[in-house]
Amino acid sequence: MIPEPRLEHLYQEVILDHNRNPRNFKEIPDATQYSHGVNPLCGDDYHLYLKIDEQGAVRDVGFKGSGCAISKSSASIMTSLIKDKPIQEAERLKENFLQLMTRDNVPEAVKSQVGRMILFEGVKEFPVRVKCATLIWHALADALRDSKLNFEKAPKR
Amino acid sequence: MLMTQDLNVERIRKDFPLLSHKMNGHPLAYLDNAATTQKPQAVIDRISNFCRNEYATVHRGVYTLSQNSTWECDQVREKCRQFLNAKTPTEIIFVKGATEAINLVAASWGRKFFKRGEEILISSLEHHANIVPWQRLCEEKGLALKVIPMNDRGELLMDEYKKLLNARTRIVAVTHVSNALGTINPVREMIQLAHQAGALVLIDGAQGAPHFKADVQDLDCDFYCFSGHKIYGPTGVGILYGKIEHLDAMDPYQCGGEMIETVTFEKTTFAKPPLKFEAGTPAIIEIVGLGPAIDYLQNLGFDRIESYEHGLLIEATRRLSEIEGLKIIGTAAHKSAVISFTLEGIHPHDIGTILDQEGIAIRTGHHCAQPVMRRFNLPATARASFAFYNTKEEIEALARGLQTVKQIFQ
Repeated sequence: MIPEPRLEHLYQEVILDHNRNPRNFKEIPDATQYSHGVNPLCGDDYHLYLKIDEQGAVRDVGFKGSGCAISKSSASIMTSLIKDKPIQEAERLKENFLQLMTRDNVPEAVKSQVGRMILFEGVKEFPVRVKCATLIWHALADALRDSKLNFEKAPKR
Repeated sequence: MLMTQDLNVERIRKDFPLLSHKMNGHPLAYLDNAATTQKPQAVIDRISNFCRNEYATVHRGVYTLSQNSTWECDQVREKCRQFLNAKTPTEIIFVKGATEAINLVAASWGRKFFKRGEEILISSLEHHANIVPWQRLCEEKGLALKVIPMNDRGELLMDEYKKLLNARTRIVAVTHVSNALGTINPVREMIQLAHQAGALVLIDGAQGAPHFKADVQDLDCDFYCFSGHKIYGPTGVGILYGKIEHLDAMDPYQCGGEMIETVTFEKTTFAKPPLKFEAGTPAIIEIVGLGPAIDYLQNLGFDRIESYEHGLLIEATRRLSEIEGLKIIGTAAHKSAVISFTLEGIHPHDIGTILDQEGIAIRTGHHCAQPVMRRFNLPATARASFAFYNTKEEIEALARGLQTVKQIFQ
């Protein structure tokens, strides 16, 4: 049997706060990168916008859409963590967080590299919810990978 | 009020072993019956006994065991004939489930008889299983897919339906009961109107057969289908009913063993219905297990099931309506015991996880009916769907659980 999950590990105050008041919950009209993240199982659906400057730093980041508390707070915290950071740092954060969420016995060295996202470790007790926490991070990977292609799919502004 | 119904629910619950389990430290309240239903001991025992003592293949054995398997499957076919009041057992096709049944009709009837420019009419309440097979057929054959709209209560607009029916309409494919909202469609009237327009009718009975007597002769539908696992039977088996004249005219669905008369490398002649549509070794164990599930329903009686489940619907609607911020989606005048709802500011997925910790199993999401969700401008809902083994106490547990959800998200 899977270890007994505990709700308070899932719905922590910081997570609930980001769900109530998501940060960077906005479209960015002059974004340079865009992606659309969908979890068809539960209907989480987010548009992610990034504005990367010439130095390769995330000048601005925003997301719009709808989803559960876990997916929304993960997106909100992600945007606040990568804003004003070089994209390499955003990439590293993404790698570390996805490793934290999808692997067993994650080394402390990885855990110490994910910042406030460590709050989502408790989500692992609810395996079906892991996809909620990682959705926006997969969208981030998409946005950084292929901006031109994704832009054609962006909703018309 | 619920306690005064004829059904002895306390005794019924003892027939379903899983219902007495604890879930996350609480008594299990299983409220996802529109997705699938629990199995009575009689079904479990029949499958187990059949595998231990009787199992062999059907149709080709000269030996006693195989003849017995054939006979057992034929018995269940006859039970299904009675269950639907079909004219003959040759009108009863064993399929995997309602999904395969619809795909079969689309492929075997639609591909043969539809012509470019003709129309297929479905409703805005359909499950994806009664949308996508038709959509694919439309693309393949150059047909048009038309959709009967609904009002804000989740009821089909009959005036619009009448306008949509025309000489080009070849088939109307409509659900008996909406899985997402619980709406019971006026299928008898819809069938009459379709026939007047010269169209055939397929009724998706996946959500109807578990709750209401479906009399295919009385309804006069051309096709009717349901899934075994939603009527307290095994997964992997379902029924397609078709009027024999249609089944005779249709092409086979899949090709292989069982469905042939003679095969040479030059030409194959096909078996007659139902075997024409049952290529390969069928789901023998599941078919045998479906028998006692049908017996169980017949013994309880649909009049009593319907009246008890309606009581649950009334009680659950009353109790949930008291919860501030809770909105019931789908308020049709004729509803089965399904309540789709939203809680203000809380995503259904979060509701589902928290209720699970209270031992309450509900469905959250789009219920494989994304167009229904879009109609109400919602990404998802939470859905409690009831069966005759559910109780007033479970409704109370659901209401209490929803208060816990609200406290966490206050």
